[in-house]
Amino acid sequence: MHSTNYIIKFVLILTTIVAVVLSLMSTGLKPIHDQNEAVYNKSAILSAISSEIGDKFATLTSEDIDAIFDKDVKQMIIDMEGNIVKSEELANMGYKQDVTAESLDMEKEMKKPEKDRLLPLYKYTAPSGDLYYIVSVRGKGLWDAIWGNIAIRSDITTIAGVSFDHKAETPGLGAEIKDSKAFQEQFKGKKIYDDQGKYTSVAVIKGGAKDPEHEVDGISGATITADGVTEMMWRGIAYYKPYLNELKK
Amino acid sequence: MADVAVKKKEGGIQFGKNEKKLLTDPLNDNNPITVQVLGICSALAVTTLMNKALVMSIAVIFVLALSNLFTSLLRNAIPKQVRMIVQLVIIATLVTVVELGLKAIDYNVYKELSVFIGLIITNCIIMGRLEAFAMANSPWRSFLDGIGNGIGYGIILIIVAFFRELLGKGTVFGWKVIGTTPDYLINTTDSFLFGWYENNNLMVLFPSAMFVIGILIWVHRGIINKNLVDVS
Repeated sequence: MHSTNYIIKFVLILTTIVAVVLSLMSTGLKPIHDQNEAVYNKSAILSAISSEIGDKFATLTSEDIDAIFDKDVKQMIIDMEGNIVKSEELANMGYKQDVTAESLDMEKEMKKPEKDRLLPLYKYTAPSGDLYYIVSVRGKGLWDAIWGNIAIRSDITTIAGVSFDHKAETPGLGAEIKDSKAFQEQFKGKKIYDDQGKYTSVAVIKGGAKDPEHEVDGISGATITADGVTEMMWRGIAYYKPYLNELKK
Repeated sequence: MADVAVKKKEGGIQFGKNEKKLLTDPLNDNNPITVQVLGICSALAVTTLMNKALVMSIAVIFVLALSNLFTSLLRNAIPKQVRMIVQLVIIATLVTVVELGLKAIDYNVYKELSVFIGLIITNCIIMGRLEAFAMANSPWRSFLDGIGNGIGYGIILIIVAFFRELLGKGTVFGWKVIGTTPDYLINTTDSFLFGWYENNNLMVLFPSAMFVIGILIWVHRGIINKNLVDVS
């Protein structure tokens, strides 16, 4: 039978060893973790215009993704009025020195009061010379958050591609917004403004799309997630309207 | 506690018949899932795809073998009053190490497996083996027992994942086997024998794992070897 003294000493020593090992490992690997996360986010953004990058998108390495981002993607941070925020102002607002659009934490931004939010915006120049604008949106699915990137052509109206992700949607149902290429393909060619220039966004319709320009088919069994996507796109792209309207002129 | 080795040859790392038994028993006669019926929970969650099941199995083998080893090394030093808590600390530390390591080595897989790696801490197999074996056996034997049980767990996981992925998505390890487009091995769109086949969406949901595991247990213990009894 061990004495109380012994138990306390044992537990203290064990806890200290474990704490040291884990913190060393965590801080030591942090640079790699951060870099992996950045590449993952960049890959999600590029996935929205994967058709422009072509077949080799599936085999891009981390270095390739970083290279494309450095060379062909212009990252901008804009505020809710559509003005581009410069890095000096960002520092004053309390952000880190080297914050880029891709490293903005959308989850945190969405928690701020609407007028204080900052939005990431990406301008991608394809090898063909075509210009694309990629916006990031975030919303709520059935169980937890959903988010995505929408790539818009230079006519500021037609969607060139989308990529979606989610935190906890059901595999085979809500998760299809991420897993089903067919679902995402539907968005290509849809328009977010109608012929009169009125903002319509694109809606996911249960039972099948009726409007060929502004609607896509839903996912059977995933109505709530699909509605979440509709709402996310309606509200999320609308945040960019001030900037997009300026571009349209 | 009949799992405690009868002839304890303390001291020294040897690989004789007893040691070999530690590695092979959990594969068949003492399989952690079908015979001991432990660790079912994770078998439901990560068996939707075979590559997920493979990564999970490797992680469990790692955690099980090392926590068995460390617990066995400390088995005489651990105060009885905090025995289970200390075991939990060892398991949790190793699982965190796996998580941090996976996050650095393959971020995509890390994202896919998300919470399930962390849930290895709650996997009954690990606590089960620590209590039933590591607390009463030498470090080398405990290490081997950990590896054996981990592999036994992994085999079942991969078998379940094979059926769930094939019948639910039509692929095997990502290889397109049966589906509606020409890049599948069997194209059901213009196939004579398989034109009727459609992916079974139930296989992608959790309840299907319960059915498959139930059938596996029945096949293993009712058909292959009727004498199997859980001895731990």
